[in-house]
Amino acid sequence: MKYTLKTFGITRDILGGREVDFEMDGMKVSELKSELAARFPEMKSLNSLLIAVNNQYAADDLILAETDEIALIPPVSGG
Amino acid sequence: MIKITEKAIDVQKVIETASSLSAGAVNVFVGTVRNKSHDKNVVWLEYEAYEAMAVAEIRKIIDEAAHKWDLLGWAVSHRIGTLKPGEVAVVVAVSSPHRKASFEACQFIIDNVKAKAPIWKKEVFEDGGEWVDARPISASMNN
Repeated sequence: MKYTLKTFGITRDILGGREVDFEMDGMKVSELKSELAARFPEMKSLNSLLIAVNNQYAADDLILAETDEIALIPPVSGG
Repeated sequence: MIKITEKAIDVQKVIETASSLSAGAVNVFVGTVRNKSHDKNVVWLEYEAYEAMAVAEIRKIIDEAAHKWDLLGWAVSHRIGTLKPGEVAVVVAVSSPHRKASFEACQFIIDNVKAKAPIWKKEVFEDGGEWVDARPISASMNN
């Protein structure tokens, strides 16, 4: 499956781009997280990583579709 | 009103948006950029937001506040882009018939915006920049 990942904050520095194409066999949010950690070891140093799918925080067992808007949400620090 | 903006926030306008003739209280939180962090001088901050989702998350927070307290009006405005020390980064304003609800709802909203809204800031020091809270302090300071 080929997904497009939107990156923000430190995840953009790590992945290198605002939108990054990402191919993997898995389809779950949890699999995306472990694939990211495997390919970009620096991701493991983050305090947390959430995945947003279509503008909502997604649970680990959510199944991804190639057409979903998928975003990497490192620890937020607004305000 | 929920606004994510690159322009300077007009605090008075946010207050007016939240105000109501039925209100006996308007409570306002103004978040500003500090000039120090971890004993280092902050030269500027870079804010960015996942805008559509930030607006959706802030709307959920306000809906929750409106359910808990008797609110008459509300407004949240968050700045993005480059901000220097002293500049206003965020304004929350709420109005209610009596002051207790306004005080509590205002704190609830800003606390939750900081915890949940997909907005990030990078502190830029004289010797480099760091995304705030992204990594444990010891790891980020050694970098």
